Amino acid sequence: MSQAVYRFKPINVGRWVIWSLFALLMLVAPLLFTSNLSVTMLAQMGIAIIACLSYNILLGQGGMLSFGHAVYTGLGAYVAMHALNAATAGTLAIPVSLLPLVGGVAGMGFAVLLGYVTTRKSGTPFAMITLGVAELVFAMSLMFSEFFGGEAGISGNRVVGQPFFGITYGPQIQVYYLIAVYTFVSVAAMYALTQTPLGRILNAVRDNPERVEFIGYNTQRVRYLAFIIAGFFAGISGGLATINFEIVTAEVVGAARSGGYLLFTFLGGATFFFGPIIGGILMVIAFVLLSELTKAWLLYLGLIFLFMVMYAPGGIASLIMMNLRVAKYGKLRQIWTSYLGLGLTALVMLAGAGAMIEMVYHLQLNSALGDQVRFMGMTLNARGLDSWFGAAFVMLTGLGLFELARRQYVHEWGEIQEEIEKEIKRREMTV
Amino acid sequence: MEFFIISMLNGLSYGLLLFMLSSGLTLIFSMMGVLNFAHASFYMIGAYFGYTLNQFLGFWPALVLAPVLVGLLGALFERLSLRKVHVYGHVPELLVTFGLSYVVLELVQLVWGRTAVEFVPPEMLRGPAFTLVTHSQQGMDWVLGAAPAAMCQTADAAVRIVCSPFPATRAFMMVIALLMLVSLWLLLTRTRIGLVIQASLTHPDMAQALGHNVPRVLMLVFGAGTGLAGLAGVIGGSTFVTEPSMAATVGSVIFVVVVVGGMGSLSGAFLASVLIGVIQTFAVAIDYSFLTLARDMGWTLSAAAQENTLAKLTVSQVAPILPYLFLVLILIVRPKGLLGTREG
Repeated sequence: MSQAVYRFKPINVGRWVIWSLFALLMLVAPLLFTSNLSVTMLAQMGIAIIACLSYNILLGQGGMLSFGHAVYTGLGAYVAMHALNAATAGTLAIPVSLLPLVGGVAGMGFAVLLGYVTTRKSGTPFAMITLGVAELVFAMSLMFSEFFGGEAGISGNRVVGQPFFGITYGPQIQVYYLIAVYTFVSVAAMYALTQTPLGRILNAVRDNPERVEFIGYNTQRVRYLAFIIAGFFAGISGGLATINFEIVTAEVVGAARSGGYLLFTFLGGATFFFGPIIGGILMVIAFVLLSELTKAWLLYLGLIFLFMVMYAPGGIASLIMMNLRVAKYGKLRQIWTSYLGLGLTALVMLAGAGAMIEMVYHLQLNSALGDQVRFMGMTLNARGLDSWFGAAFVMLTGLGLFELARRQYVHEWGEIQEEIEKEIKRREMTV
Repeated sequence: MEFFIISMLNGLSYGLLLFMLSSGLTLIFSMMGVLNFAHASFYMIGAYFGYTLNQFLGFWPALVLAPVLVGLLGALFERLSLRKVHVYGHVPELLVTFGLSYVVLELVQLVWGRTAVEFVPPEMLRGPAFTLVTHSQQGMDWVLGAAPAAMCQTADAAVRIVCSPFPATRAFMMVIALLMLVSLWLLLTRTRIGLVIQASLTHPDMAQALGHNVPRVLMLVFGAGTGLAGLAGVIGGSTFVTEPSMAATVGSVIFVVVVVGGMGSLSGAFLASVLIGVIQTFAVAIDYSFLTLARDMGWTLSAAAQENTLAKLTVSQVAPILPYLFLVLILIVRPKGLLGTREG
């Protein structure tokens, strides 16, 4: 009978446009940013995007907070590296282009093995067990040096076999395009997953496991399946990292890496599909650029994360979507002055706080180089009272003004939301 | 024999230190449902506060003041940050403490530097608490404090004497932990505030309706839990090393303890702490592998088996992963933990 029901399926124009733009963007990005650094960064972004999206299958879609996702990216990378070395030695006939799939299958295999234990629980116990498993694997990585290469790790050479249409993976740009293709396909596949019955029931398991049990699903099995799929994509990301860096060390399975995935997936926004894409891009920018700029970057990152969890638990993606809604109703004009005020006062506050933090770091780390600190074009004296007084004054002024601007903003934001609610009701009435 | 006694005592003292940490963690978890990821960070702050106060005021005032300060910081964090996140559910609560652990680690490195600081215990605790003297003919004896040099050596070549000292800091650690255990138990079961805490644990709405300020009770519990971590920090920091990585080394172990003991079970946490402490201490001391076992048993192994990494691994090399293996084993055999009552 259900076949007889006519279902209207229009071509979703918006979706086609967005996916085409995404593909186009990845295609032309290395042509716009041609320097070596930017191509390397773009390649890393692709890898990070896959990793963060695969992590979000757990965190965002399944409500499973994992502290050990690097285990699956890392072990995928190790297995891919061993496959690459076997291909170099001639014992395994496999083209380099397929190595990420080897990593994916490896990540999936380890997820099948370890996920059986971890997904027996959900919520907080799940988080702790993933932490324990991650520590277990990391401790083992220093124990079995045949597989993990000990402290030095293992390295390989990605230029293997005959060139195929001139593709040798010698130049970085070829590697970038390989990563771009894998990124696009993986992102599309993971998006497709959210539309399948499994993806939907996974959301239900996140929101209300009890009801899911009542309608006859085994929540543990749903979590397990999602975990395995996440492991597969994580492994692909690891395999790509193997080709990109040509070296794998024990720190790829370490706790810091897992924490990074969690941090940036959340910052990007776990509640929307595209959030982790933003997160992955931010991750590379933070690791490559921010760490060059200041030694205190982990502190800044931690503080941003804290405030994000407290005030915007949906991450950057939710901020974008909320403002898109405002823009859609044509209200953005009313509030943009508040944004300007917020931004400027926040900058003043951060300048003051940043100056103090940089001075403390300077005193702590390189006081042997003298007391001069360069900060935003100014030269500060880390031991001088006037520098400290100035920085504190700037910060407190910024803080006071920011609080004023924030109150104004909260007020206006509330008003606009009310107006939008009314507008929605009015439209419903007219229909 | 003296190896066994000393190792046992070392393991017990380490286990009791773990319990000082996991008791606060369990208390907070069972009260608020929050797994405080930054618990080990408060332990570290306690050690560094203790180090700084030790320089200015001496060890004993530091032992009292540092935990109080850490407890105040914990309560402040609960009031300003955790309570705001509470409405979003448990995962954001866990995330906010995770973010805090990053910030605390960086702040500690900012203030005290990236290398270990020298936090020495007071004169009184520096030497051994007692010394076991094993005489190959007269049997075993023990001396309070350090054994005089004359007792440990002999001119007779046929007599073998071994002196094994037990450090006073470790004895002190055991005493403090046991005192804390008893007073915690008394506080929870014998006092009015303890009864209110227990009531807020099981029936928060009813306790609130009876006029108790449940959010303030939660803040108190969080402050007390972090304060206990701070106390453990002062003692742990002076016994072991005070360095920025101390939070990470102990942090994942106490999570294992809490899961193995059963989430939210205080007695389970005690059992698991002592078990893991003893197992790990013994494992570190045993330099034995499958290969040596086979040799002692008189088996002959093939050349390939002798080169096998698994066979060559000694127990002491495996020691760091034992708690995690234990965790996996417990989860397979008994998912609610040793003494846990709740599933999932």
